[in-house]
Amino acid sequence: MTVVVSARDLTKRFNSFTAVDSISFDIEEGVCFGFLGPNGAGKTTAMKMIHCVSPVTTGQLTVLGMDVATNSQEIKSLIGVAPQEDNLDPDFTVLRNLIVYARYFNIDKELANQRAEELLGFMQLKEKRDVRITQLSGGMKRRLIIARALMNEPRILILDEPTTGLDPQARHLIWEKIRELKRKGVTVLLTTHYMDEAEQLCDRLVIMERGNILVEDRPRTLVDSIVGTKVICVFEPPEGLREHLEYTGMDYETTVDSLYIYTEEKESVLDELIGKFGVEDYLVRNATL
Amino acid sequence: MSMLSNISWNSLQVWRRNRDVFFTTWKTNFIPPFLEPILYLTAMGLGFGVLIGQVEYQGNLYDYAKFLAPGLIAISIMYSAFFECTYGSFVRMHYQKTFDAIIATPVSIEDVIVGEMLWGATKAFLNSTIVLAVIVVAGLADFPGVLLVPAVAFLGGLMFAAIAMVFTAIMPNIDSFNYPFFLLITPMFLFSGTFFPLSVLPAWGQDLAQLMPLTHVTTIIRDFSFDTYELMDLLGLVYILILTAIMFLLAIKMMRKRLIS
Repeated sequence: MTVVVSARDLTKRFNSFTAVDSISFDIEEGVCFGFLGPNGAGKTTAMKMIHCVSPVTTGQLTVLGMDVATNSQEIKSLIGVAPQEDNLDPDFTVLRNLIVYARYFNIDKELANQRAEELLGFMQLKEKRDVRITQLSGGMKRRLIIARALMNEPRILILDEPTTGLDPQARHLIWEKIRELKRKGVTVLLTTHYMDEAEQLCDRLVIMERGNILVEDRPRTLVDSIVGTKVICVFEPPEGLREHLEYTGMDYETTVDSLYIYTEEKESVLDELIGKFGVEDYLVRNATL
Repeated sequence: MSMLSNISWNSLQVWRRNRDVFFTTWKTNFIPPFLEPILYLTAMGLGFGVLIGQVEYQGNLYDYAKFLAPGLIAISIMYSAFFECTYGSFVRMHYQKTFDAIIATPVSIEDVIVGEMLWGATKAFLNSTIVLAVIVVAGLADFPGVLLVPAVAFLGGLMFAAIAMVFTAIMPNIDSFNYPFFLLITPMFLFSGTFFPLSVLPAWGQDLAQLMPLTHVTTIIRDFSFDTYELMDLLGLVYILILTAIMFLLAIKMMRKRLIS
């Protein structure tokens, strides 16, 4: 498989602050590759270096076989970027936003019109075609931003937190569209802090924190290897439960008001919990990210 | 310098975007440059004109309205370009994040800044030509010299657009623009030979005025509007070209520094 993005010891420093700390990864063509991590992990900074708006401090980064430092213009013509913030033109309608954006790629006017109409259909924005974008909901604006990123028929689509701040319906619609794009063979780079999004969409995933990559693998593999298959969540755990788990050597984690037990077999554990400790408020589920 | 090599015809795409936004509101945009000169000429020309009578400019006497008219054109050039490339560009850059959207495409940041400055010059050209039309209709300009004014307007507009862009590169927030407006633009508005001949000022005042960009724009436009051509006009033109070139390069450098990190 062709590698479309390759990073080796990629580092980004702002004065004394290291936002991205010597990360390395390879992204293959046609894959949906995710960067998962909390805010401030360095995901967006890494994306900005990949789409050539932020210069690399040290390390190598190539996109579609070209060095980002020397071939940024060519790279930009072959990729599409849907940024985190809303930078649509508020003075234009939905359709005009797409047409004007196409000019920056020197796309022929007729072709631009054609593609714009197609993309509006694809993103279910056809009725909003001549509406000023100030009248759109958050979800529609986000769909328009993704449609805009596809105007130049990019080989790689970069989505920076595509569903942050959207309601569940809007999120699911966008996920659907991303899956459709994957089927069409577009390579998708996704950053997110939503674990469900990463698990559902990504073929491969890196988890980042404070500029470093903690792990890289397929989402299912990550879950299986780190967590196991079943999770028992105990809300407001009773006295003594935690000590018991320590004593029996079970894998568990505590948060402010709950306790999560990770296990392969749940039956025996559950019986014990209910029997010994009278646990009433609990939930058993499959392990996820 | 590599940043100059990043400038291409793509800057016209940025210009076109601004032009298209302008077209969405052009009808209301047309009113101020049309109404302002009419108001000023009436109030100052007819009003003050009665009090002042005639003024002396370069050895000749002129009715005050005729003397004032070219000053209004020059003022329109300065305000149009400066406003567009301070407030206009700042809103696009900082609030709308339009520049960020554009530089994710093959259009470079240098193209964006050049396109913005060319648009500032275009606004100056458009607005001042409307003012010019009012003045010509009022019979206050002489041919054929006045036909050269639009070209001067574009060049003067580019100069002010570049100066404005340098400020936009360094202003931390939108309120800070009060500083250049009140410390630079307003004094020039009043003292660059716009409302009264420079000969009225003391020697040091005249010397100071000669350092100001608007003075040279005003002098050239006034002379062309009176169909007279002086050596001072040529020197003024050189001044404008040099200042424009310096500010143009400085604007690109400083905006690049602000936006690319």
